[in-house]
Amino acid sequence: MKYTIPEQEIMCSGHKACQGCGATLAMRYALKALGPKTILTLPACCWSVIDGPFPYSAVGVPLFHTAFETAAAVASGIRAGLDMRGDTETNVVAWAGDGGTFDIGIQALSGTVERNDNVIYICYDNEAYMNTGVQRSSATPWGAVTTTTPARHFKQERKKDMIGIMAAHSIPYTASASVAYPEDFIRKLNIAKETPGAKFIHILASCPPGWKTAPELAIKLARLAVQTHVFPLYEIYEGRYYKLSMDPKKKPLIDYIKPQGRFRHLTEEQVAEMDKQVDERYDRLKEQAERSKSWFEAKKEK
Amino acid sequence: MQKVMMGNHALSWGAKLSRAEVIAAYPITPQTEVVELLSNMCADGSLKAEFIKVESEHSAMAASMGAAAAGARTFTATSSQGLALMHEVLHWATGARLPIVMGNINRAMAPPWTIWTEQTDSIAQRDTGWIQIYTSSIQEIMDSVIQAYKVAEQVYLPVMVVLDSFVLSHTNENCDIPDQDKVDAYLPRFENAYRLNTDKPAAFGGLTGPDWYYELRYKIEKDTERSLDLFEETGKEFGEMFGREYGLVETYKLDDADTVLVASASIASTARPAIDQLREEGHKVGLVRIRVFRPFPSELLRKLLAGRKKVLVIDRNISFGMSGAFYAETKAALYNEKKAPPMWGYIAGLGGRDVPLNVIRDMIEQTIAEEHPEGDIVWIGVKR
Repeated sequence: MKYTIPEQEIMCSGHKACQGCGATLAMRYALKALGPKTILTLPACCWSVIDGPFPYSAVGVPLFHTAFETAAAVASGIRAGLDMRGDTETNVVAWAGDGGTFDIGIQALSGTVERNDNVIYICYDNEAYMNTGVQRSSATPWGAVTTTTPARHFKQERKKDMIGIMAAHSIPYTASASVAYPEDFIRKLNIAKETPGAKFIHILASCPPGWKTAPELAIKLARLAVQTHVFPLYEIYEGRYYKLSMDPKKKPLIDYIKPQGRFRHLTEEQVAEMDKQVDERYDRLKEQAERSKSWFEAKKEK
Repeated sequence: MQKVMMGNHALSWGAKLSRAEVIAAYPITPQTEVVELLSNMCADGSLKAEFIKVESEHSAMAASMGAAAAGARTFTATSSQGLALMHEVLHWATGARLPIVMGNINRAMAPPWTIWTEQTDSIAQRDTGWIQIYTSSIQEIMDSVIQAYKVAEQVYLPVMVVLDSFVLSHTNENCDIPDQDKVDAYLPRFENAYRLNTDKPAAFGGLTGPDWYYELRYKIEKDTERSLDLFEETGKEFGEMFGREYGLVETYKLDDADTVLVASASIASTARPAIDQLREEGHKVGLVRIRVFRPFPSELLRKLLAGRKKVLVIDRNISFGMSGAFYAETKAALYNEKKAPPMWGYIAGLGGRDVPLNVIRDMIEQTIAEEHPEGDIVWIGVKR
């Protein structure tokens, strides 16, 4: 039997994640792709807990826990330190949640990417401050309920376009990914590994307690996010050239919305409003991909 | 090699002679010349280091942590607002046991905007676990960076080399630049036993409950205390190799002194001629300059100050609602001594107000004239 994802298993059991945690699967796949020559730095996020308390660790590679807003800067430092000691091979990975990436860590991330430091930054996005008990972040989608955006005043702002911000830095490679599509995620990690300079991967990581869903729906929902065009899978090369990783026929948005308690309060009109936002964004993405086609064709010919 | 240079460049030279491998820094007046010269040294290849030009001081310290955790010798420099911005990460560097060396130029805190010297920026960081050396000459700045690495890398703790804004940072003095071979012999390449190593994977800084956190703090305290002896040892060794010896404190005409001035940084340099004058006038006055403020050399100060008739402490810093830090801590160190002398605390030179020889004389003379200190602190020369 031919496996479609690497067999090597670097993460071990005994971690402290909730049932159905997408962030945990994301790490497991990432380490399969990156291999043992990897150093991780983790800011405050769910993974600070998932990895296990001192003296335990579930990741099987060196790990530096760091302050909330510092993951990217610490990764830059580790890279420089390793390079100076003659190790240019080891992957240096900052692994952060959406709070540590979209909000408090965006300044350091912008610095690392602007300098084009040779690190991989992976944001596992569960769409709120889940570790502190589900408070809204700038990655929380429009319409969602969190403990700081209650049903009567649900999140009124759209999710921040983090990949767009990365593209604006002319980052060599950035991509979105999903725990429901591990082959795609691993393929993108392999490109990140081979691409010199800064890389940013944004992976949607379903969160049953935060999204108020059953744990067994975690993968299904992550897949539906892609199938309903809520979370499209795509790549951007050199900050300019867009490529959709897949272009599925759109499933009704309600299929994604309905099983999630965080959207339960939405009226039909509000779901329609959300659907409009999803289509707008997806159409824009398709236009960008269309415009980039000739570049990818030229690249292939080379 | 002899070279006339400014205090800021002495920091850069200290980093270069120590063969710093990674520098992560952000510019701030009055520190800029430190990073400018280091940039040039990296660019012309005279210093083989990676210079990470970060977007803030917060990231300067964060990147320094990453580099040090990867096993590289790491240097940074900042001042005032920049140091305050680093505050969170300063604690982290200590807890992560990373032997980073940082230059800090003492500049008063805003508002109002100011760039002139005052120690409150670094004093406000005294509880972060960083070892602090307060320098008083350009030569000492350069030498202290080298010594700082020697101590830091034995106790796995970060060290701050502190100097006065402008009075030291922008003042030029003749400096002896030691031979690189000799510095290499004094300070060999550092092998961090606890670096991030894919051959020996480990997690650093993970969630730790009350069952172990307490012990980890105890270990930091014990190693901080151990650095007191290390400063004496490495300072002597430095003297044997380079002809300039450094200790926890520096004394001047102390032996028979009945009135002792305790001061730090450049004020202590100005105090020496003041003491000479007062000695000529028949007053038995001496000086203790505190060089290492963290760890505080309490035991040594007890030995030097107990039994004296009077002690005065000059502070170019203020902990509002209490006093200057050097005064409070010197007093605390002597509290249980049977022969603890009465102590006068003076605040002087905040925000870069000049503290010339005659003002230092005023403080000593006031101390001599008074029977006992009145109140807690005296603001010398304040316009009311």
